[in-house]
Amino acid sequence: MRETRFTLNGKPVSTNAHPMTRLIDVLRDEFRMTGVKEGCGEGECGACSILKDGRIVNACILAIGMIEGCVLETPEGIAGTDRGRAINEGYAEAGAVQCGFCMTGMAVATEALLRQNPVPDEDEIRAAISGNLCRCTGYAMIVDGIKRAATKGSGLW
Amino acid sequence: MVDFHRPRDLSEALQIRAATAAVPLAGGTDLLVRYRNWAGTLPRIDRPVLYVGHLAELRSVDVAGNGSGPGMIIGAAVTYSELLEHPTTPQLLRDSIIELAAPGLRNVATLAGNICNASPAADAACALYALNAEVELAGPGGRRRIPIAEFITGPGTTVLKADELLTAVHLPPDRSTVQYYRKVGTRHANALSKLSLCACARVADRRVTQIGIAVGAVAPTIVKAPRIEQQLQGAGIEQVVSQIPDALRQYGQLIRPIDDQRSTADYRRHVALALIEQFLARELR
Ligand SMILES: Cc1cc2nc3c(=O)[nH]c(=O)nc-3n(C[C@H](O)[C@H](O)[C@H](O)COP(=O)(O)OP(=O)(O)OC[C@H]3O[C@@H](n4cnc5c(N)ncnc54)[C@H](O)[C@@H]3O)c2cc1C
Ligand code: FES
Ligand code: FES
Repeated sequence: MRETRFTLNGKPVSTNAHPMTRLIDVLRDEFRMTGVKEGCGEGECGACSILKDGRIVNACILAIGMIEGCVLETPEGIAGTDRGRAINEGYAEAGAVQCGFCMTGMAVATEALLRQNPVPDEDEIRAAISGNLCRCTGYAMIVDGIKRAATKGSGLW
Repeated sequence: MVDFHRPRDLSEALQIRAATAAVPLAGGTDLLVRYRNWAGTLPRIDRPVLYVGHLAELRSVDVAGNGSGPGMIIGAAVTYSELLEHPTTPQLLRDSIIELAAPGLRNVATLAGNICNASPAADAACALYALNAEVELAGPGGRRRIPIAEFITGPGTTVLKADELLTAVHLPPDRSTVQYYRKVGTRHANALSKLSLCACARVADRRVTQIGIAVGAVAPTIVKAPRIEQQLQGAGIEQVVSQIPDALRQYGQLIRPIDDQRSTADYRRHVALALIEQFLARELR
């Protein structure tokens, strides 16, 4: 079986999982990154969002063999940064977290957006989270949380 | 367990393809969903898999200039997001990509996958029909280039041979002045089309000098009718309006939708013809 090497939250790692193993399974089961959630398992809900080479992707529809040499960041990696803290505070202030299942994916989408565009308008925010479903909040509070995160973390992105 | 090939370069990829008829894998957004299995288990695919998404030869976008402006040669592993960021991507293709899925998919999915999947509801492929794109195929015998409408032969079927790969999409220079993209679906993001219309035209001095109309999800393949387009080309915009009933009658014969979980045949037919009418009657200015 061949090895796949990649960078995970800043550290070089490797796995011997079969290359067709879903990335989400490797991240959760082997690397214990349980912030990567499984909702739909088919690319529609964004619960499994991570960053691959700085761009948001769905870990449930990538095979680990496609990841060789890539730089991955999971919700765990983002949470420990100042930006991650600004995102958490923004969401908390806006009351944007209800059951919380969508939250790690939303945080990844927020990080991806603010890296590209530190002062997004409402339409840009909605487009950025269009692949992330939330069955609780109705999105208005999440949009508000992202605006607050952008203000709080102003200068960090 | 299936073999997974991650070739070094295109020539190794073509050798593996010829030797094993392995299934090409680009972004995986169609393939890995189709062969989806239980969490924690491998996808249910029983043929070797050939990953091509990383191949440098397929990752570039070239601007192929000629007298009438920049055309494009889009490598088969270029993602939708990269196309949105490219300055010469035609507006109609841009419009179709912006409404396709969501950022997480557009960051990995490719035009090549959309074309080879050969769904009549493929949104980016629909824009490529309207833009008269050609696909470039490579195999042991060398390369060939054919119009997209000849490449796709039915729902899920193409003329791609078991030893070939799609290597690039060629776009002629886009000189359109009017673009009209309408995707009719249940919600904006991540919804497959009930039907879609991709149309563009060049209007100069109130005359339609070029027109391209493609309709998605209303027949076994995307509908594009060069014969009807030729009748409209060269006409003044008032003349086009007088030709609408005749054009709609002809499109009506080509539009043969089905009932499925996303919509009904009646609805699709009605809305497709209404959108064509809207484009011809109001957008050509
Ligand atoms: C949640 C979700 C939403 C979606 N929304 C839309 C939408 O709105 N509109 C739409 O049109 N589609 C949509 N899709 C479908 C899909 O994302 C697109 O068709 C996409 O363009 C496929 O590209 P890919 O690179 O992921 O293809 P893959 O899954 O990698 O491949 C698709 C097919 O093409 C073949 N293939 C790929 N590359 C090559 C090559 N170089 N040579 C030969 N064969 C090749 C593969 O063998 C396979 O048969 C959606 C999918 C999901 C999961
Ligand atoms: S679990 Fe991956 S998108 Fe839903
Ligand atoms: S807070 Fe429950 S799914 Fe978003």
